[in-house]
Amino acid sequence: MSHLTLRYRLNGNERADLVAGDETLLSLLRYRLDTTSVRQGCRQGTCGTCTVLVDGEPRLACITLAATCEGCAIETADSLPGSGGLHPLQQAFMDHFAAQCGFCTTGMLMAAKALLDVNPSPSREEVIDAIGGNICRCTGYEPIVEAVLAAATAARAGATPPAAHRHC
Amino acid sequence: MEFRKDLFASERNEDLNEVGRPTQRQDALGHVTGRSRFYEDHAMPGMLHMKFARSPHHHARIRSMDTAAAARMPGVVRILTADDVPKRVHTLLILIGLGPDDEPPLAFDKVRYRGEPVAAVIAESEPAASAACAAIRIDYEPLPAVFDVEEALASGAPLVNEYHGRNWYDYEGHDYQKIRFGDVEAGFRAADHVIEERYQMTPIEHAPTETGGCIAAPDTAGRYVCYTNTQALFFSLETASRILKMPSNRLHFVGGTVGGGFGGKVDSVHEPLALLGAMLTQRPVRSAYTRAEEMQVSSPRGAERIYIKDGVMNDGRIVARYARIYCDAGAYSRLSPYGAVKAAAHMPGPYYIPNVWVDARCVYTNRTPSSAMRGFGVTGADFALEVQMDKLARLVGADPMEFRIQNAYRDGDMKAHRRVTKNAALIECVQAAARLADWPIGERFQAMSSMRDGGGERARIPATPPPEAPARRVPAAAPEAAQAPLATMPPPAAETRSAATPPPRTPLAGAGRRMSSLLGTRRR
Repeated sequence: MSHLTLRYRLNGNERADLVAGDETLLSLLRYRLDTTSVRQGCRQGTCGTCTVLVDGEPRLACITLAATCEGCAIETADSLPGSGGLHPLQQAFMDHFAAQCGFCTTGMLMAAKALLDVNPSPSREEVIDAIGGNICRCTGYEPIVEAVLAAATAARAGATPPAAHRHC
Repeated sequence: MEFRKDLFASERNEDLNEVGRPTQRQDALGHVTGRSRFYEDHAMPGMLHMKFARSPHHHARIRSMDTAAAARMPGVVRILTADDVPKRVHTLLILIGLGPDDEPPLAFDKVRYRGEPVAAVIAESEPAASAACAAIRIDYEPLPAVFDVEEALASGAPLVNEYHGRNWYDYEGHDYQKIRFGDVEAGFRAADHVIEERYQMTPIEHAPTETGGCIAAPDTAGRYVCYTNTQALFFSLETASRILKMPSNRLHFVGGTVGGGFGGKVDSVHEPLALLGAMLTQRPVRSAYTRAEEMQVSSPRGAERIYIKDGVMNDGRIVARYARIYCDAGAYSRLSPYGAVKAAAHMPGPYYIPNVWVDARCVYTNRTPSSAMRGFGVTGADFALEVQMDKLARLVGADPMEFRIQNAYRDGDMKAHRRVTKNAALIECVQAAARLADWPIGERFQAMSSMRDGGGERARIPATPPPEAPARRVPAAAPEAAQAPLATMPPPAAETRSAATPPPRTPLAGAGRRMSSLLGTRRR
């Protein structure tokens, strides 16, 4: 398998890595660059756990060839916290008990971020649609939907969301 | 969330500092920042990967195996077979002091379910390990297989597991776990209506987003470390110690963050063999299920078939229940015999029934071994008996909520498995649920309480016909065994004495106790 030099941006940093033609973005990020926040759930494009943003679009890293990301900006959950601390989504996931075992959480956050970046005032249905490709086996999804809606409200207000303290 | 402090106020001290108040999870910040470390995040330099050659057959004799070509493939470091495993046959049940050993970590002589591991390849990469697994030549002689619990019990059925000698688990000389309480026949004769229904539940996979796995590695001073996503760290430590015949103080298990378990990560299938690989290669070894293996091979909640025959009076009282439960263990025990005991004890449900007869069998079939999953044993029984409750309510023209309140256990009632009811709360739960659902219930039922009208006559153990002798016990040399002889396989008793296997195990502290004693009593 031939190799090529992949030039891209990872969480804002310019990079150039030698990648094999058959190497997936998951393999590159998680297993070679130790970006462990990108988690492997199924390696067959069905669970959404490895979701990252490629030029702002949510992508399944496990079925994305790294070589197709030439010149792209790739964002993982490591890029979420800003200078003021946690991203509104991260704070809302904590406040709404949206992370239980935590394994789907980073993929879920990136799917939600892709939505809020283009639609700051999503409806409940739009939130459900945006995370529809991400499987969570713990929460039953309701706390996640509540968290995304609360994060949207908080982001619009320019503040961290108020703690709702839903406990089920 | 609503806290009903008015309920059971007399049973509770008002000194609770945490209950009723929100508390942040201690791991939430790690989860939302992606910093929580799961076992795979402990990947090490020089780490090898272990994959398994698995049986394509549901039931087959292994005639021969040739690993020579696989061993020569690029990247292959070591191949493990049953001969490398210090304790060749094991059972998880020993963790609760029970036997018999019935499952090889790597199969020899025979495979008993599709996907059973026969050999393990340890290689420099996962693809190299998988390719070498495919190159292992195994000559199988397919055997008749059985997939249905009742067919497995019929005479002439293929014998699944020689270590039991029959297709069911032996409960202290009985071929089923029994509950005998009162006189069910007299109850049916006195009943206004008698109905019998059949229920069944398929196996259910936990499907955690993180598949099961571990990383084992040599540590210093002859010790080994194992990062694992087991849900039961000390179960897994003890299981590995027994299979490896190595003192547990030479094994350092590190667990903690589990990417979804639900009972599916207690069987300790990865740790012993990954540790064995680390010992034999002196390098870190990772073993992890693919998603396909998680679905096909990891133990599910077992299938169950349940027959319930009930006698009910026109006034709504249930007066007799006769239940037969068939729990499908798959090919090996894992924790299924314990689940079947729970199913038997739970069969009356949270309801007072004066005459109860339950036979719960744990049956071996050629399906994937089943094991723990969120209330296993009880969940299938609950499904069956709550559907039955709706049918009974309809039969006597009762409201389903009122019917449950009427028949609920109250404090002081004797349960069919001889435990006195304490802290009953079903009546209050149904009353609260009815109110929240705007479901009208009669004043008489709204006035009922778990703390009143129980005990007394209901605290008695009713006259119960004497227990049958364990006459239906089938000896190890059952006709089924004779029908499917395995010339290469010694009978179970001989296996435990053979030189290839360890001397008889030292019983645990609880060894020899009755399975039924494991159920315990809820304490405040």
